[in-house]
Amino acid sequence: MPELTYLEAIRDGLLEAMHRDPRVFVIGEDIATYGGAFGITRGFLEEFGPERVIDAPLAEAANVGAGIGAAVMGMRPVVELQFADFISDAFTQVVNMAAKFHWRTGCALPLVLRMPYGGDVKGGPFHSGCMEAWFAHTPGLKVVAPAFPEDAKGLLLAAIRDPNPVLFFEHKHLYRYQRAEVPAGEYLTPIGRARIVREGGTLSLFSYGWMLHKCLAAVETAAGEGISAELIDLRSLAPLDRAAILTSARKTGKALVVHEANRTGGVGAEIAALIAEEAFDSLDGPVMRLASEDTPVPHSPVLEAAFQPTIAEIVEAIRSLAAY
Amino acid sequence: MGATRTTPAAGEILSPHDLLQMLYYMRLQRAVEDRAVKLYYQGRIPGAYFTGWGHEAIAVGATYALGPQDLVAPMHRDLAAYIMRGISVRRVFAQFLDREGGLTRGRDGNIHMGDPRLGIFPFISHMAASVPVAAGMALACRQRGEARVVLTFFGDGATSTGAWHEGVNFAAVFRLPVVLVLENNQYAYSTPLDHQTACRAFVDKAVGYGIAGVAVDGNDVLAVYEAARGAVAHAREGHGPTLIECRTMRVRGHSEADKFSYVPKALLDEWAARDPIALFERRLQSEGHLTPDADRAMQEGIAAEIEEGLAWAEASPEPAPESVTEGVFAEDEGT
Repeated sequence: MPELTYLEAIRDGLLEAMHRDPRVFVIGEDIATYGGAFGITRGFLEEFGPERVIDAPLAEAANVGAGIGAAVMGMRPVVELQFADFISDAFTQVVNMAAKFHWRTGCALPLVLRMPYGGDVKGGPFHSGCMEAWFAHTPGLKVVAPAFPEDAKGLLLAAIRDPNPVLFFEHKHLYRYQRAEVPAGEYLTPIGRARIVREGGTLSLFSYGWMLHKCLAAVETAAGEGISAELIDLRSLAPLDRAAILTSARKTGKALVVHEANRTGGVGAEIAALIAEEAFDSLDGPVMRLASEDTPVPHSPVLEAAFQPTIAEIVEAIRSLAAY
Repeated sequence: MGATRTTPAAGEILSPHDLLQMLYYMRLQRAVEDRAVKLYYQGRIPGAYFTGWGHEAIAVGATYALGPQDLVAPMHRDLAAYIMRGISVRRVFAQFLDREGGLTRGRDGNIHMGDPRLGIFPFISHMAASVPVAAGMALACRQRGEARVVLTFFGDGATSTGAWHEGVNFAAVFRLPVVLVLENNQYAYSTPLDHQTACRAFVDKAVGYGIAGVAVDGNDVLAVYEAARGAVAHAREGHGPTLIECRTMRVRGHSEADKFSYVPKALLDEWAARDPIALFERRLQSEGHLTPDADRAMQEGIAAEIEEGLAWAEASPEPAPESVTEGVFAEDEGT
């Protein structure tokens, strides 16, 4: 099995989809001649030509809207947002046009939005945001956020196959973070299914994206202290894998959610409410959340380190919850 | 989206039959809306109600220029466009009444409708949001080598939005087969033209996008048709979009809840004398196409279609409360 970075896995998935299905095409700013701000579509123009690899004008509403129009016609567009933060310029197209389309018409809208998101890239308040909760709150949208190369490919291919609009949150800090085995060819990670990354019995830790990797490091530290934490990679934020969340919370009786998006109204709040409503009788402690501060993402590396949950803070939260 | 079945591909020269068809659709839009307004005042139409009173020449003239495989993305003053492309009067009334038989099965209301299977994209309340979508539909047609054209409508107010600019520019950059019909009816709700644009004429904006532009009398159905026919041919030949500014007047309120006292009475009087249906009727009578017998037969046909359609809609059930959570997501039926 080839070893790929997260970035290479996304690229591999896109290539696979475009070779397999002539309805798939990519459109976005600077993606054709230049190959994309992060190089994901480098070489695509030569391979597939300008009708399937389209350099779009600087206009998110137009590009997402055009993706919607093409999807309505039965194509399978993959629209690259250069940075996920710029999706705000296309908000109506996403939450009003795409999200409500099937509900109003009964017809499919197979649209994928590639959303390079997240911090630790020295991007500051307009290039580092985590806005997945805006969309997880909107009925009609699917929201996925892989943490590992294998799922980056598998979820992207599942998103392209899905008959609904899917926002694919790809974390910029993870692009070259690690190499891992990724299955070649057609490979699907089911949307709506979490994955147990590490089994444990003392408490349950729920995370996704870049923070999942911080949690993994924290869980290993805690294991050295005799604390057995179960780590769940949510992978899909809408729909959430409610069954997996509740099964783990009931098993351990304690739950901690960690995410990079700021705390208030984040996905963690939904998970905490779900556990409190459905697994209250199994709980031996409060459902806890660890998230970024309720501020925009700061530019200074010093401030950003203070803004985001650290491995040490996650370890401390694990200790205090284990001791509760 | 599938192809529609109903609109005849227009020839170079309109036959007497074509002319009568155009009048029929103009009258049908007016008659459906007239009945719907009465239903609204009887409290039988939930929510707001919008008419295209006085805009019939635009909807009919532009839509008549399409071929059977072409696509439309209309808005709230183009009822005839929906009907001409295959949506039945039955389903229109069921939509207005929020019934199961409506196009959105009670999930959306009034004129917010469409049928992607017939090539009719359903618009949303956010003005001009369909313009980038229309561009994307045209893009897909071109990618597949299909010589289809997308016709989209919007108002004067919509041209002030970012979505309009982005969509028009996108269609222009890629020379997409889109026809952009601006229904300049002089008011966006209560906002007059001089608060909408500093341009002398909307059609002047076409230059800024590098596309063709033409301004026509929006109350003259044949002028609209002629402009649209040219624009459709221009698009189909690969020359890109055309902006057609149709100049008309909104002779009623923005919605039926709007008493439009902000409109000068002299302006309304001036346009009342230029009713597009009356103008076209007089022309067809003077040319001998609309005989008294043909006129009576047409009026009776329309009345029957309205009665039958409304009866069907009223017999259609209310949506089942337990269906409220259905249909948010498409299942894996593929497309």
